[in-house]
Amino acid sequence: MFDFLGMGMMMLRIAVMLAIILQILPLLIWWERKISAYIQDRRGPAYANVGPVRLYGLIHTIADVIKLIGKEDITPAAAHKPFHFLAPAISMFVALLTFAVVPYGGTIEIAGRSFPLQVAQINAGILYVLAIASLGVYGIILAAWSSNNKYTLLGGLRSSAQLISYELVMSLALVSALMVYGSLRLDQAALHQAGPIWNWGAAVQPLAALLFITCAFAETNRNPFDLPEGESEIVAGYHTEYSSLRFALFFMAEYANIIVASGVITSLFFGGYQIPFVSTEFLRANASLVLHGLLLATAVGGPLLGLLMVFLFFQGNERGEKDWDSAVVALAAGFGPGLAAGGVLLLTGGRFELGAAGASILVALLQLGCCVAKLLFFCFLFIWVRWTLPRFRYDQLMRLGWKYMLPLALLNILVTGLVLWRQG
Amino acid sequence: MNAQAILFYVFAGAALGTAALVITAKNAISSAIFLVVCFFNLAALFVLLDAHFLAATQILVYAGAITVLILFVIMLLDITQLARMEGSRNATAQAIGLVLVAIATVLLARQVSESPIGFPESLPPAFGTVEAAGDILFKQYLLPFELVSLLLLAAIVAAVALAHREGDRP
Repeated sequence: MFDFLGMGMMMLRIAVMLAIILQILPLLIWWERKISAYIQDRRGPAYANVGPVRLYGLIHTIADVIKLIGKEDITPAAAHKPFHFLAPAISMFVALLTFAVVPYGGTIEIAGRSFPLQVAQINAGILYVLAIASLGVYGIILAAWSSNNKYTLLGGLRSSAQLISYELVMSLALVSALMVYGSLRLDQAALHQAGPIWNWGAAVQPLAALLFITCAFAETNRNPFDLPEGESEIVAGYHTEYSSLRFALFFMAEYANIIVASGVITSLFFGGYQIPFVSTEFLRANASLVLHGLLLATAVGGPLLGLLMVFLFFQGNERGEKDWDSAVVALAAGFGPGLAAGGVLLLTGGRFELGAAGASILVALLQLGCCVAKLLFFCFLFIWVRWTLPRFRYDQLMRLGWKYMLPLALLNILVTGLVLWRQG
Repeated sequence: MNAQAILFYVFAGAALGTAALVITAKNAISSAIFLVVCFFNLAALFVLLDAHFLAATQILVYAGAITVLILFVIMLLDITQLARMEGSRNATAQAIGLVLVAIATVLLARQVSESPIGFPESLPPAFGTVEAAGDILFKQYLLPFELVSLLLLAAIVAAVALAHREGDRP
């Protein structure tokens, strides 16, 4: 008989993975604008609106998409057309594919079967991430070469040199962490980091975590490693000759890469989906209590947030108008969920019978939330660093990679090996 | 014919097709890209044989690193000039090439005719995992492995020595 449950769960697992990437993506573009604005003491996007609602500038992202769709899609006359067409697609494809081995929750148990919240459980695990991520350079190189433009070619050459150099350090930094976990599988790494936060990879292998995060910045071409698109020197680097939605694909691929890198950093060094100090077993055993607590917190906290927002609504915004954004938040995040949670509590009287399947689903949802929260923190770190540090010079970049980070990574492997050997 | 066999023919056919395109493509960049697609199909064949570790390594090393370096070099060269150099083929080189291809074909044909054809019925549980590959590499074939790494080290030192000019900043 056809396995409907297995097939359905597989589709669901893929859908959640794509949802994580594609839903966080517009959020990140908004964050980039807003955080850069606050770091530079500005207000950021504040004019795009639907009626009186601006959603703190989030509407601007929609305006951006409409603008990009409306633009003319130009292919240079001297371009190599098939590669010029393929390059942005490769960039986005690679970014979406890499997330497949990142676990974003524990297991769900339905009808005596357990389904891990992870698209693919491959034994090669992190090797798959490195392999697929290393293909990202083709999108950049092909865009650079096929555009038939000096500046794009320079950007592409810088990018390939940088990616090859930092890929090496990245793999070596990983080796020492994987020696501790004893497995290449990211779900095993997450299991290994359960419990208190001093079990996290970043606490056990701080140097490896630091090196890996630095390399992740280089691999995603983000400041201070964004020489491939150094606009002060080579216009916009490899995507100079792209416009309209094909430019948008490169733009989206950059943010998708940030999300994937944050996901990998989280699951390798910051406990993955594990909620700090609270074990999966404990949560499952007390599932109904946890649900009760969550509903109670929402029923009390929601209206309080709503009241604060109502106060801000009457106080008005910087233009002296009524602040309708606060009104939206008050309804959508304050009174709405508060009333719903309170209603559920009153109707059921606070007694829940979840059963094993229900408990595992609730715990998996909590862990998904924890994973996304950690992931968002690292996305924030990417943006924070971009607007704080200046760009490296090319020779500085190469010296840092080859002369400082590579020997440090090797030393870290040696020390880890010695310690593991002493411990037996 | 089961699904595994159909997939095998799809990927094997694609690997052969792209391999042919590598040597027939006019443009050096196209050749390199077809080479990457060929490596991908080979990796897919490894997956069909339950060798996931080999498949990941195949893509990581060949598609992700070596071909990128090849592309890097092609981009730094002037391709229009490379196309003009195509006339310089001589008969001796072609004859030697043909003889070498013939020898390789005979050796391959003998090897293939001796080995069993088809998918293995049952595999040991750890087959194709990183652990199994590591066991073979670092226990059974430790000495050859170390010798190969020594060879690579010598090649790296030689490359540095050739590229380094007197008076350069270290």
